[in-house]
Amino acid sequence: MKTCLVVDDSGVVRKVARRILEEMGFHIIEAEDGQQALEACRQELPAAVLLDWNMPVMDGYEFITHLRRMPCGDRPKVVFCTTENGMDHIARALAAGADEYIMKPFDKDIVADKFREVGLFQAASPEAV
Amino acid sequence: MTPPDYEYLRKLLKDHSGLDLSADKQYLIESRLLPLARKDGFAGLPELVQKMKAGSAALVAQVVEAMTTNETFFFRDKVPFEHFRETIMPEILRKRAGRKSLRIWCAAGSTGQEPYSLAMCLKEMSSSLSGWRIEILATDLSQEVLEKSRSGIYSQFEVQRGLPIQLLVKYFKQIGELWQINADIRAMVQHRQLNLLHDFSQLGQFDVIFCRNVLIYFDLDTKTSIFGRLARTIEADGFLVLGAAETVVGLTEAFKPVADRRGLYRPGDSRVPVARPAGALATAPRRIAMAGG
Repeated sequence: MKTCLVVDDSGVVRKVARRILEEMGFHIIEAEDGQQALEACRQELPAAVLLDWNMPVMDGYEFITHLRRMPCGDRPKVVFCTTENGMDHIARALAAGADEYIMKPFDKDIVADKFREVGLFQAASPEAV
Repeated sequence: MTPPDYEYLRKLLKDHSGLDLSADKQYLIESRLLPLARKDGFAGLPELVQKMKAGSAALVAQVVEAMTTNETFFFRDKVPFEHFRETIMPEILRKRAGRKSLRIWCAAGSTGQEPYSLAMCLKEMSSSLSGWRIEILATDLSQEVLEKSRSGIYSQFEVQRGLPIQLLVKYFKQIGELWQINADIRAMVQHRQLNLLHDFSQLGQFDVIFCRNVLIYFDLDTKTSIFGRLARTIEADGFLVLGAAETVVGLTEAFKPVADRRGLYRPGDSRVPVARPAGALATAPRRIAMAGG
């Protein structure tokens, strides 16, 4: 089972993300800020990170810059998931090594699409009608 | 909804659009028509149907439009676009190297995600297409969705369905909470209103036809008729792309499935060659020259 690290200071968002990602077959680890997330990554690198931007202690942007410099830190697929929906933020995230970007609010179709995009989810798209 | 009302709507939709609803699609009618009923100030569907029966062409048109508008998203189902990049375009690049032209028809272009996905694919391979004349024609039954397609403006939700973030950054501009696809991509797609039940031979010949997730609504005879007419609108070595839940098998000999390429079809041997109609060039949409490099 692949592990996804869910990083968000909101317990509600972590809970929603956990439910969606568990349904997609991921084992979930939670972190409340970038610092906690880095510690989790030092224990074991996850396959995926769902990453909020604005958090206390260490934000998502700082987290990804640290992660990408760790040994094998290029391996986890990092999907930002944030209310920061401006082109400037998206471009900065991509430049820092993010693989995908979700603009909140999100739903399970968006999460599934984005994880499919980075090759972490294989199920076919649902067919309408 | 009462069974007579449902039957009335079923027959009306069949006659006006070819949409063939099975007996268990009440939920679909309710989910599509209740918002319309409320918008127009009706208490519910019975009142809406009553007004339609009393004769209101405008209302009938709105109902047909609401029922035939499909959910769609960028690069929907992925696989057809892989076929486009990996199977269709390499062959087209080889076979059309002389005349350097490519005509693509999105026969159910809807709100534009499919034609614009193809346009982005072509833009991504523009170094191989220097000097080519590329034409993407998007048609749909509904004027309303064609207008949306023309505008190229999508909600934050819509640009997150199927569209890789790199392509969003590369090909879209942010307008407040909305996103608009860039003018050069919009200019690659021509729009025209078209009912597939009617003659479409005036569109001329296409190298590639995407006709996805629209035939599922039609009955067998209508499907067979449309396949026959599509076969006369496609080049002998062209490609037809159908939706994931659609097939030609058992319906027509005009197209044959391509082995190991789900959803991809080519004209069959029984295809009756028909000369390009005389008016085709005069009425064909203007062609866009592909920017080189």
